[in-house]
Amino acid sequence: MDLIIPQINFSAIAPALTVMITAVVVLLIGLFFQKVQRELLAIVGIIGLIVSLGELGRMWGKDITGFGGMVGNDNFTIAFQMIFIIAAFLAALLSLNRIEDEYVSYGEFYGLLLFALSGIIVMVQGLNLLIVFLGLEILSISLYILTGFRKMRADSIEAALKYFLLGAFSTGFLLYGIALIYGTTGSFSFKGISSYVNANGFTNVLFVAGIILFLVGLAFKAAFVPFHQWTPDVYQGAPTPIAAFMSVGAKGAAFAVLIRLFVSVAAFSTREWTIAIWVLALLTMTIGNVVAIVQQNIKRMLAYSSIAHAGYILVGVLAGNEMGRSAVLFYLMAYTFMNLGAFGVVSYLGISHKVENLRIESYRGIGYKYPFAALAMAVFMFSLAGVPPTAGFIGKFYLFSAALKAGFVWLVILSVLNAVISAYYYLRVVVAMYMQEPEEGKVFELPAASWGVGLALLLAVLGVLYMGIFPSSLMQLFQKTAELISML
Amino acid sequence: MGLISLTTFFPVLGIVIILFISKKNLLAIKMVSIVFSFVPLVIASYMWLHYKYPMTGIDLESQFQFVEHFAWIPAFHIDYFVGLDGLSFPMFWLTTLLSFISLVASWNISKAQKGYFALFLLLETSMLGVFVSLDFFLFYVFWELMLLPMYFLIGIWGGPRREYAAIKFFLYTLAGSVLMLLVMLALYFNVKDPVTGSHTFNMLHMMHKSNQSAWLTTFDVRLWLYIALFIGFAIKVPIFPFHTWLPDAHVEAPTAVSVILAGILLKMGTYGLLRISYPIFPDIAKYTSYALAIFGVINILYGAFVAMAQKDLKKMVAYSSVSHMGFVLLGMAVFTTAGINGAVFQMFSHGLITAMLFLLVGVIYDRAHHREIAGFGGLGVRMPVYMGIASLAFFAAMGLPGMTGFIAEVMVFIGAFSVYRVLTIIAAFGIVITAAYMLWTMQRVFLGKLNPKYEHITDINGRELFTLIPLGALTIFFGIYPLPVLNMIKVPLNYLITLIH
Repeated sequence: MDLIIPQINFSAIAPALTVMITAVVVLLIGLFFQKVQRELLAIVGIIGLIVSLGELGRMWGKDITGFGGMVGNDNFTIAFQMIFIIAAFLAALLSLNRIEDEYVSYGEFYGLLLFALSGIIVMVQGLNLLIVFLGLEILSISLYILTGFRKMRADSIEAALKYFLLGAFSTGFLLYGIALIYGTTGSFSFKGISSYVNANGFTNVLFVAGIILFLVGLAFKAAFVPFHQWTPDVYQGAPTPIAAFMSVGAKGAAFAVLIRLFVSVAAFSTREWTIAIWVLALLTMTIGNVVAIVQQNIKRMLAYSSIAHAGYILVGVLAGNEMGRSAVLFYLMAYTFMNLGAFGVVSYLGISHKVENLRIESYRGIGYKYPFAALAMAVFMFSLAGVPPTAGFIGKFYLFSAALKAGFVWLVILSVLNAVISAYYYLRVVVAMYMQEPEEGKVFELPAASWGVGLALLLAVLGVLYMGIFPSSLMQLFQKTAELISML
Repeated sequence: MGLISLTTFFPVLGIVIILFISKKNLLAIKMVSIVFSFVPLVIASYMWLHYKYPMTGIDLESQFQFVEHFAWIPAFHIDYFVGLDGLSFPMFWLTTLLSFISLVASWNISKAQKGYFALFLLLETSMLGVFVSLDFFLFYVFWELMLLPMYFLIGIWGGPRREYAAIKFFLYTLAGSVLMLLVMLALYFNVKDPVTGSHTFNMLHMMHKSNQSAWLTTFDVRLWLYIALFIGFAIKVPIFPFHTWLPDAHVEAPTAVSVILAGILLKMGTYGLLRISYPIFPDIAKYTSYALAIFGVINILYGAFVAMAQKDLKKMVAYSSVSHMGFVLLGMAVFTTAGINGAVFQMFSHGLITAMLFLLVGVIYDRAHHREIAGFGGLGVRMPVYMGIASLAFFAAMGLPGMTGFIAEVMVFIGAFSVYRVLTIIAAFGIVITAAYMLWTMQRVFLGKLNPKYEHITDINGRELFTLIPLGALTIFFGIYPLPVLNMIKVPLNYLITLIH
């Protein structure tokens, strides 16, 4: 019997490997040198991230595949991976502020953050459903632990348990879907699925059920309505930098897989699927926005806002054209800056005394007391609301233009109305910060911000403004990557 | 960098400098902001001297002056395309003037001065940007950008209900601009650049029928797009029934912000109609002109009646703006030379007059700390200079001959009478009501027995005079000799009318 040894090409997974090795190193440093400064751990992690960015840069334009075609990196996936690495970079900087008294072991914290990132990278570069599943599990398990990292706090434990139970449930859906797909098509690869659909269409009920279960699994990760219920509780309970990373990383990875599936299986542009996604997008953004209005806790508000933004991004996915795909990338990049930035401010402002200042009310008057943090928050809020000259505006414009080009006029009109609704709750934060007197008897004293938080917020503000005023270079880059999705 | 960019972005330079000044150094902050708003006025005046009067503007790039045109976001064919013609130049110049005057009038701002002056300069840049943009996307960006400083200026430095007023202002205008965004996108996908064949945001290309797609030439589509765009602009004007944000915003806003709000921002609505809606949809503009005339007359009469009923001096002035903007609408709706020229001249004239009125309200509010008309009385005895200037402003607002308001209103009436006789006659009652409430207010504030509370009230001071005298002088100067402005506006406006007919 011949043993077929598949062609193994480690350079194809070099970025993921780098991140994983860094994670192990950070974990070990944290384990053996208990006294070591957390800054050092963060810096080691960040160096690992920069190296993997370099790896990605080296792979740019080369379309490297490996492991018998199970993983592949075209420019489109590389662009996604770069965005997630930037998100992890910002989250690592932000967590410098937070870890002080609450996290027992910094090594595990940064190690798990990096593992979660490596999971995302594996997921995004997977050309095979099993690799996607592998990445998703690495990501999810790391996030379950990170969510419950503040183990002395009931809400953190509750969030972790909730996330774990629902996450495990949805993973079950995903896996069952993969099994059904394999059973009917005989293949795990996107290529195989594609040729199966080209030959048979969506006639086999089991296959359709498999696809739907797979999509439900992804929808859970991306928190589309009606699979969003876990989001506010988990974001509220998780350490803020982790919630920030989840809102970009876990969501974005699901989008990357979704786009790959839709690009490889052209038959998804049929009427039935289009209507389903149309409805999903509208529901997601509308329910996210409407429920966000009544939130009193800023982390919950940001959680619902992140649901709404997933809806906007879905509009770009639905558009299904090159413009839509590049718009998704652009928006995800913008969203990384504005959302991580907003969570960063929340994290910084949240650490006074032992009680967290997470009610929007408690932000009253901070515009004068902490002018830089408040100014940054205002920039992020306006960007999330989509007001020029911020990245959020150009990003929405890009997404909606793509959808208009594809002919989704009503969806664009409804999305734009949604953006107006969202302006109300984002403005509430700005109003509280600048236009209301501080609450009586509540002294709001914060320790000095660490350099990490300062740097992260500065980068995020610059990113938001740069992408808002000079969007063209990044736009052209993404447009090129979206035109050439070579590996199907 | 051309003169337009220099003027537009000069205030931004001031913001950068202000950010580096300590917040304790108030004098430096104020001086920097005043200097950095004075320079644009000087440049704009210099540009006026070099303005070429016979160029038509409107829909041909070669007919615009001081043009700057570069690619900005090539992926969407968005250009940094700015230029001036006779329609935009008076507003451009007026913006630099009123910004400078408002900053001088902001001398007594008592909290967070650094933020105030920085935001005010940002406001100036965004307003100038709106008037010079010839690329729709660029126009939209400046239009929205204007919201941010205005929102903060009302919301932070405003009166007791500032929070409500600011958020109402923001959401109203945002709703309007979102409609504009949709129309803009619809136009983008249905207009082709005649040279490259790609889609374009260039307003001038949008104006030529030959560049428009077949879909865009169908009547229903054009009508709906026009209406959506119209609502976007109508909220800004504000046209009844979209006006309710205005009194709230004005009452809460600090004096200088009210000056800008009434003097410049309101005109952006009518400017947008003339710059964008009319040339792109001339047929629909004509088709809906009667409705616009009716809106104009409603604004004139409704604004005047409600102004008469006000107890708060500032609210009275705010509603008088609603009334005066009605004349602009009526003049625009008739497509006669006199009518449309009168409308645009009214935009310019009302900018000067209403700025004076709001400054005058600010002067008395600073002294009495209230604005109840009934709470004053007999102030003329103690404040003779103030009374003199106030009378000038009130008479100008009434449309007394010898001042700009008269010329504008007469032109509008002459232009409108030949087209809509009945409406014009009804509108003429607006003049009577305006005279009534203006005179009645003057009487209650300045004449009669002196309220003993104000026995020791001081007269207007030098800095306040410095803000009011130039405006008063210009009102009289252009009232007697309006040709510099009329010559400038008539060429493009007459061309616009021929496009519509």
